[in-house]
Amino acid sequence: MSNQLRGAEIFVKALADEGVEFLFGYPGGAVLHLYDEIFKQDTIKHVLVRHEQGATHAADGYARATGKPGVVLVTSGPGATNAVTGIATAHMDSIPMVVFTGQVSTALIGNDAFQEVDSVGITRPCVKHNFLVQRVEDLAIIIKKAFYVASSGRPGPVVVDIPKDVTAALTAYEYPESVEMRSYKPTTQGHAGQIKRAADLLLSAKKPMIYSGGGAIIGDASRELTEFCRLLGYPVTNTLMGLGAYPGSDPQFVGMLGMHGTYEANMAMHHCDVLIAIGARFDDRVTGDLEKFCPEAKIIHIDIDPASIAKNVSVDVPIVGAVSNVLKELIDVIRATDHKVVERHSDDWWRQIDKWREIKCLDYDKSSALIKPQSVIESLHRVTKGDAYVTSDVGQHQMWAAQYYTFDQPRRWINSGGLGTMGFGLPSAMGVQLAFPGATVACVTGEASFQMCIQELSTCLQYRLPIKIISLNNRYLGMVRQWQEFFYESRYSHSYSDALPDFVKLAESYGHIGMRIDSPADVDTALDEAFAMTDRLVMMDFITDQTENVYPMIAAGKGQHEMHLAPNDRELA
Amino acid sequence: MIEQHTISILLENEAGSLSRVSGLFSARAYNIESLSVAPTEDPSVSRMTVVTAGSPAIVEQIIKQLNKLVDVIKLVDLNDGARIERELLLIKLHCSKPDKRAEFKRLADIFSGEIVDITEDSYTIQITGLPSRIDEFIQAAGSRNVIELVRSGVLGLQIGNRSLTT
Repeated sequence: MSNQLRGAEIFVKALADEGVEFLFGYPGGAVLHLYDEIFKQDTIKHVLVRHEQGATHAADGYARATGKPGVVLVTSGPGATNAVTGIATAHMDSIPMVVFTGQVSTALIGNDAFQEVDSVGITRPCVKHNFLVQRVEDLAIIIKKAFYVASSGRPGPVVVDIPKDVTAALTAYEYPESVEMRSYKPTTQGHAGQIKRAADLLLSAKKPMIYSGGGAIIGDASRELTEFCRLLGYPVTNTLMGLGAYPGSDPQFVGMLGMHGTYEANMAMHHCDVLIAIGARFDDRVTGDLEKFCPEAKIIHIDIDPASIAKNVSVDVPIVGAVSNVLKELIDVIRATDHKVVERHSDDWWRQIDKWREIKCLDYDKSSALIKPQSVIESLHRVTKGDAYVTSDVGQHQMWAAQYYTFDQPRRWINSGGLGTMGFGLPSAMGVQLAFPGATVACVTGEASFQMCIQELSTCLQYRLPIKIISLNNRYLGMVRQWQEFFYESRYSHSYSDALPDFVKLAESYGHIGMRIDSPADVDTALDEAFAMTDRLVMMDFITDQTENVYPMIAAGKGQHEMHLAPNDRELA
Repeated sequence: MIEQHTISILLENEAGSLSRVSGLFSARAYNIESLSVAPTEDPSVSRMTVVTAGSPAIVEQIIKQLNKLVDVIKLVDLNDGARIERELLLIKLHCSKPDKRAEFKRLADIFSGEIVDITEDSYTIQITGLPSRIDEFIQAAGSRNVIELVRSGVLGLQIGNRSLTT
């Protein structure tokens, strides 16, 4: 009986053995034993947030930037329910995360005890998997399984619900080296025959298109993707989640696709004859009307999740496997043929694409007396030399950040693409900044999104996180306003931001630096000044043009070739 | 084109496994016509039979989504080959009059059923067979005569040497 440990000690030891660096959390009754053990050690750094949603987003941002699972600890009841938005956010974007929720003691479960909620039941539809630890003997193995499931295959959040008495009970501790689950065996190697078929199809294409998504980033396949694209010389587009997997400044890159993608990317998608989808899931914001999607294309789809393949769009060559492995094999197969790299200047398909490019669909009015939000993002790119980690909230500012900050590296663009969670930007930036203390971290937000997790400004001060907040303040819920203008005859039902705080004073009252910028002439200098303060959080309140809309745009239910460009329409190619 | 499919699933016999499957069907708006589940000879494994309906694309998605559940060990779409399907019916019928009693006794015999409980006013009859056969029995008994009934939902196995095992 000598080496018997309490559940709480096992919890902390297991996290240390798992190599956990940060634990984002908030204490409460059901997790007091755990917090007592956390107090006694310094291997795992606990980050005290101000709201459990912040903890999940911070862990999520950490995971997106590092590739390692983010780890969260919250209490039972409201602690768990507050975490749900962050769990669902990570689930939609396939982010590895392990969330520990406290639970009332096993004897009380089902009795409507104080701060009791069925956490396993509530989170079931928005996790990759979840566990209720019923016996202390199972705790270590469940923790091992949780990390394994969260970070293997198609990653995702895993919830582990731990009743309070389990954290007090005693057992021997041994952390398993590895874990084998008969019911969970992700496929990582692509089928050789399918890879050969894909290569043949790709090499026969006249109008090929490469469409890659978040899977190329989460699957650490950026290098393979870049090599694959250059080997062929074909045009490449990235989804919102996939930006940075292929260098945004490369001439082969035709921009983001989808609802607010570039004209050239969407037109090339619509007209291509062979499409290869790489770690992308044909989301409705990408495809538009499915009936009109890529009408002429034979489609190859590489994905680690078989359920992603042929879910929305039928596929000619499905390949289940890890994107990096499959691309490596595909590269080898193509190399073994006598193929030639497509030369942009002499290729008809590229000539057509370059014609679409000449439309310059991302042009905007640069002579305005008001600050154009797009210009702020372009300045941000200049000032940070394109090398910042950029997190964002959700709405117009998110689209402008995606369109105008050219991402050349993976894991630099951190946003809630699938769930579209306002409030994500600031806490996710905390996770990134903690992971990379010396890096430049910018949070692009709007005055509405920012207020959804504004309490984390306090966390930022406590941990001295020198995040730069770029708020594009248009005094509107901009994306809602835009849809109301287009589709509801400008009836702006509750999309205004009234009674706004003085953001400069607000930042100052949290112990940070606040700046207000309302003239286009001051944008560059203000950003220079802010980013020069490498040890302080600076909240920059840019008063932008209220009426600016995100263009180009494919209205919901339209085809990819039916884009709206900015109002002073240019002739289409 | 909507098709009915019978899917057999082996899953970890753990708390919450059933709700993961049923939750998947409701979250994704898939049909469940019937569902039955019980432990197998290995108490750590449950076997579930789900009857669902959908277009071929939807059924393909259902199978993929089920496979994706971490608790699902293996599954087979029984429609992919020859199969044997059975359902159990327990039905309680009004029969206080002698002619009714004779009629239901005959009917039970015709359907190879068994009278498993008798009172002065009722018979409870057990029938096993294909779901269509169960439907026929209920129809033949006449809805006016039914006090209550319960069906087990479909159970199925592949025919011959093929089997679904861990």
